[in-house]
Amino acid sequence: MTQTQTYQTPDGRTIGPAVMEMKNITLRFGGVVAIKDISFDIREGEIRAIIGPNGAGKSSMLNVMNGFYHPQDGDVMFHGKKRGPMKPHQIAKQGIARTFQNIALFKGMSTLDNIMTGRLTHMKSGLASQMMWWGSAQREETANREVVEKIIDFLEIQTIRKTPVGRLPYGLQKRVELGRALAAEPKLLLLDEPMAGMNVEEKEDMSRFILDVNDEFGTTIALIEHDMGVVMDIADRVVVMDYGKKIGDGTPAEVRQDQAVIDAYLGVAHDE
Amino acid sequence: MLYREAGDFKTTYAKDQQTFPIAFDRWGYFIMLALAFIVGPMIINDYWLNAVVLPFLIYAIAALGLNILTGYCGQVSLGTGGFMAVGAYASYKLMTSFPDLSIIIVVLLSGGVTALVGILFGLPSLRIKGFYLAVATLAAQFFLVWLFNKVPWFYNYSASGQISAPERSVFGYAISGANALPHVSYLFCLSFVVVLAWGARNLTRGANGRKWMAIRDMDIAAEIIGVDPLKTKLTAFAVSSFYIGISGALLFAVYLGAAEVGEAFGITKSFLVLFMIIIGGLGSIFGSFAGAAFMVLMPVLLKNIFVGQMGWPTDLAAHMEFVIVGGLIMLFLILEPHGLAALWRTAKEKLRLWPFPH
Amino acid sequence: MSANFYYGIEVFLNGLMAGVMYSLVALGFVLIFKASGIFNYAQGVMALFAALCLVGFQSGQIPFSHVINATFGTDIHHFGWHMPAFFAIILTLMMMILFAFLVEKFLLKHLVNQEPIILFMATIGLAYFMEGFGDLMWGSDIKKLDVGIPQGGNIWLETNTAFLGGPDFYGFYIDNLDIWATIFAAILVIALILFSQYTKTGRALRAVADDHQAALSVGISLRTIWVIVWSIAGFVALVAGIMWGSKSGVQFSLSLIALKALPVLMLGGFTSIPGAIIGGLIIGVGEKMFEFLIGAPFLGGATENWFAYMLALLFLVFRPQGLFGEKIIERV
Repeated sequence: MTQTQTYQTPDGRTIGPAVMEMKNITLRFGGVVAIKDISFDIREGEIRAIIGPNGAGKSSMLNVMNGFYHPQDGDVMFHGKKRGPMKPHQIAKQGIARTFQNIALFKGMSTLDNIMTGRLTHMKSGLASQMMWWGSAQREETANREVVEKIIDFLEIQTIRKTPVGRLPYGLQKRVELGRALAAEPKLLLLDEPMAGMNVEEKEDMSRFILDVNDEFGTTIALIEHDMGVVMDIADRVVVMDYGKKIGDGTPAEVRQDQAVIDAYLGVAHDE
Repeated sequence: MLYREAGDFKTTYAKDQQTFPIAFDRWGYFIMLALAFIVGPMIINDYWLNAVVLPFLIYAIAALGLNILTGYCGQVSLGTGGFMAVGAYASYKLMTSFPDLSIIIVVLLSGGVTALVGILFGLPSLRIKGFYLAVATLAAQFFLVWLFNKVPWFYNYSASGQISAPERSVFGYAISGANALPHVSYLFCLSFVVVLAWGARNLTRGANGRKWMAIRDMDIAAEIIGVDPLKTKLTAFAVSSFYIGISGALLFAVYLGAAEVGEAFGITKSFLVLFMIIIGGLGSIFGSFAGAAFMVLMPVLLKNIFVGQMGWPTDLAAHMEFVIVGGLIMLFLILEPHGLAALWRTAKEKLRLWPFPH
Repeated sequence: MSANFYYGIEVFLNGLMAGVMYSLVALGFVLIFKASGIFNYAQGVMALFAALCLVGFQSGQIPFSHVINATFGTDIHHFGWHMPAFFAIILTLMMMILFAFLVEKFLLKHLVNQEPIILFMATIGLAYFMEGFGDLMWGSDIKKLDVGIPQGGNIWLETNTAFLGGPDFYGFYIDNLDIWATIFAAILVIALILFSQYTKTGRALRAVADDHQAALSVGISLRTIWVIVWSIAGFVALVAGIMWGSKSGVQFSLSLIALKALPVLMLGGFTSIPGAIIGGLIIGVGEKMFEFLIGAPFLGGATENWFAYMLALLFLVFRPQGLFGEKIIERV
């Protein structure tokens, strides 16, 4: 199948043409080259994993994808259109949401409020109507609350709704952060090591959530992940990075057998 | 046994978002409001009005404003005095240039003017954060005080450089000027306070409040999830300055009657309001009131104790006040950084169980 | 060249001198900020307190005499002795070390993990506290401070430059005090740089400034370092207090120089010692030149109240970390 033809996966999901294309991206920080001439695409409806050793530039790549870093060379295409110089909040409004490696929740707010902030791109009430509350502002608030409550049900975090997120254990905070990203109803969801620091059960839960999001809402997902088991299980295609360069690109099965990837990252099982 | 919420279930989201979800609180609040509006004017007299009540009401508005900017949105400002001056001088110019304009409109317009000035001085907040921003607001503070001192147009070329409020009335009752009666000024300011507090509450519990708090807690993450930092910060500056400007206009027109910019709106004023929101509680509407009450009552109390009871000279009492205020600020920041509001919340939580142990 | 041109140069030179005085205060800020990440708003009040103690010790004042008199109806004021400046300075230095120790024990220790804004506001509280405390201890009347530094215009300089600029120019008038202040400031800066680069404690200071946790993990006692840093800052405050106090008397307005140091820090960066010096010079010169060239003739004067802030503000918009500060790279 070509890169632009829509096809059906064995489990009934539809994978469409490319939603985002990275073309010859080069990113430098002063003298350090974080990303060297990398190109790959992400197709609509798929789950794309980005893997590689630490320091390979994966988080930087994610930051380029959501517009926080601007590459010195190369283009980012979103829905076929080249992305011009845009601020991160404008890119968020286009429908890209993400989670962070080190959890970037708003510690002063409750779970509910944090997830409600994910709805901010959809809330339009003006200052004056908000000041008066009664009327359109309250209706909008209630409508968005309903959306958020559905996400809270989906992620099974009802009991911690009103808890300030600073008090939550790590695993739950990660779930709340996922909720906040989901609340934006994004077209493209970027997850930066969503399983980091989790035990086996938590990883299973998180994997299930990710698969459900992709299945139910058709959200395209790109995730950085270290756990190869997870990657093999849930990813449709994989990009492998090492020292800022792309060293592998294909299905999990293909990538697993690629010699360059094995040398750099996976290693081989020894018989001794 | 009295204070509890057992059995009080919310069936709609609207009910869940109320300001006072517990029925006891709600009733208490309405009763307090009724007392304030009906009984208050009957028992108020000149001394209490001038020493405690009017300053409390007026500074509560300023504290609300500063809390929105610093407590909710995390932008430290040391320019509150200067912005109050803008409100005062705007009201003066409006009152003297348009004698027929209702004082209610004058006060609101003064707030509007201050909001514009606030936006102007808030522009650097996009590049500058934290302490640097605090210092930038100091630029606003010193510049504004200098401006109102040096440019004679602002004080209508009077020889003394002072501005005094001409008499204005509402519904035939004098509000400003020498003929204003205490209960009239009281009701006037109280009305402003209630409306503005309600507005502040609505803003902070809605989408705007969340945008402000997101910027405060982690501005980069906020930007990435779609919060426009420019608009959000400038909105905070605008709304905050609106409140502070109204407070300045009321302080000048209703309370002081006449003002000289250096002593009425200097940097000590900025610190006073900042202390109010620190002690009262950053990011809390109740805290703004608690802090304002505290900082207004305390000098009165101290003077009564040290000068009245112990016979100290007034300057010594003033030094003691510095020691106590400074000490309390440090104490609060160590023990309860979220101020009186947090203490109140903890007390209420204990009350919900009382008299049961758990 | 006209007399006006030479007056302009005189303003410039005086600006440099004023700048040195600002730098002295700014230095104290930089030290504390480097080592503990706290912006110590109380630095100015520390200078005031140091000056008050110095004068009090020198003139044999009884501490808290006003309070004692008010409470017990007595009428005591002085012990009756006069202490030589040298001993008074030593005693005051010991007071500042005691102060540093107490601040660490009762304030800093409890605020270790708080956000910077909380720490900043705590130092504002400290400033108010020390202001009132100093006044209670020594009284708030204006005092004259004299430790023997020559004051008044430098006659030698004045007479020897009078030949410039024609008959209307009477020679550069530069106060001796300012010259001495420059010398002291230069000595202090060199000493501080040598201390931080070449001594064991200095190295520990730099380690703490870089990373608290890492410094702890190699066995550096954070608390000891903080006491040392605040003591040094106290010493710097004392020197600043002596200079400023000799110039304009010991009074409340001395604490306001802390406010003046802020634009200096914004320009020079909060973490750089040379930055504090250069920032101070720029502010000092800028202020005086602006007033001379534009403020007095066209704007009615007194622009020194706000010019420094506006300058720093403009500068910050284009370079948020100041001239020498570390570039702030935002990471998520």
